[in-house]
Amino acid sequence: MRITQGTFSYLPDFTDEQIQAQIQYCLNNNWPIAIEYTDDPHPRNVYWDMYGLPLFDIKDAVAIMQTLSECKATFPQHYIRISGYDRSLGRATTALQFIVQRPDDEPGFYLDRQEVSDRQVRYTIRSHSVTRPRG
Amino acid sequence: MTDTPATQGDQIDLDQVWQSSDIQALLDKLNEELIGLVPVKTRIREIAAMLLVARLREQHQMSTDRPTLHMSFTGRPGTGKTTVAMRMAKILHSLGYVRKGHLVVASRDDLVGQYVGHTAPKTKEILKKAIGGVLFIDEAYYLYRPENERDYGQEAIEMLLTAMENQRDDFVVILAGYKERMDTFFQSNPGFHSRIAHHVHFPDYSLDELVQIAELMVRQQMYSFDDDSRAAFRDYLEQRVQQPHFANARSVRNALDRIKLRQANRLIRAGGSIVTSDLARIDVEDVRASRVFRGGASAETSA
Ligand SMILES: Nc1ncnc2c1ncn2[C@@H]1O[C@H](COP(=O)(O)OP(=O)(O)O)[C@@H](O)[C@H]1O
Ligand SMILES: [Mg+2]
Repeated sequence: MRITQGTFSYLPDFTDEQIQAQIQYCLNNNWPIAIEYTDDPHPRNVYWDMYGLPLFDIKDAVAIMQTLSECKATFPQHYIRISGYDRSLGRATTALQFIVQRPDDEPGFYLDRQEVSDRQVRYTIRSHSVTRPRG
Repeated sequence: MTDTPATQGDQIDLDQVWQSSDIQALLDKLNEELIGLVPVKTRIREIAAMLLVARLREQHQMSTDRPTLHMSFTGRPGTGKTTVAMRMAKILHSLGYVRKGHLVVASRDDLVGQYVGHTAPKTKEILKKAIGGVLFIDEAYYLYRPENERDYGQEAIEMLLTAMENQRDDFVVILAGYKERMDTFFQSNPGFHSRIAHHVHFPDYSLDELVQIAELMVRQQMYSFDDDSRAAFRDYLEQRVQQPHFANARSVRNALDRIKLRQANRLIRAGGSIVTSDLARIDVEDVRASRVFRGGASAETSA
């Protein structure tokens, strides 16, 4: 199941050139970039792991692309996303965030139904990738 | 600078290419902003001309080798090395040799770590920031400490050398520092010497130039000398250049800062009502009160 989340989630995956252009757009707006990876794409998992240090004071997207390719080489079968953080006064929020790598096999989610009193049903979404971790 | 009307068939209109590349505007700015430095300005113009011709040759399939651009700027403190490096970054950008044209200033402390495994990430981070611009390494010779064979500086040196060779499209490195020390540094590190294409030396300023620099700074900061204070400041400089820790234009800037402090204090102490031009005028007393005139060392201690 192809995960969609973040900005541009309904577009086809970006090429490297498109990724670089988006990153340069962030840098031109003074939004520092973070590269994050995870094996759990659950929509409520907001804590992805950051790759290396936060990338402050960078002017050229090429520098981020180099770091991104290191990250891809280290985690070839993880989800990787790029975030541009707008720290300006009154904003201080993620301005843009998109997935730049996904594993070849995306196992998707399992929907668990729990019946409780009065015929109510509670739903839980579980990532297959976490319940059946690779290796 | 791509396919402009400047290139038609075999004809290349050099004036048009030169004008359309912003270089002239950048060189003019350099000329206005910096007093003196004629040999440096000449060298920068020569380098700019060479880079422009290299670009044209490349566009006409005459050579594909990117010229080596790493440089060394030698001269004593306050001779304008950092300022010129900033301009150089813009020139390289306008000719398309660096993608962004910013300047990243680093010295030993930014590159070399305190313990095993600390140096590589520090150097790597600085190199990353410099991508697309110019990396200016101040007092580069401090990287090399032969007296301590386990010094981590060597690690930074090796990473720099690799980057200067393999990432030539990513950034330009400028090494800066005192002339004699840089010479020794290059002798013990031939790897650096061979990777540097342009050695530019920044001479000390003459007394007249220092006075002109002061005039320029005073004007830029919207202050003004009167005839007496101008003469007094010249006397001040005459004394100051002979004292220890004299740092050319930087010392001028620092002296002016202290003069501004004394001017403000004089005005407040006198109280009463003043006219607006009093806020700008530097009085001879503001200059003469300096310790330099009493034979004492200047308040300035760092070079
Ligand atoms: N030729 C000059 N004309 C005007 N100002 C100058 C000149 N050279 C240096 N300065 C000023 O002096 C200060 C120190 O210059 P800087 O470029 O930092 O010197 P360096 O890097 O050689 O120590 C800066 O504020 C700069 O603007
Ligand atoms: Mg300097």
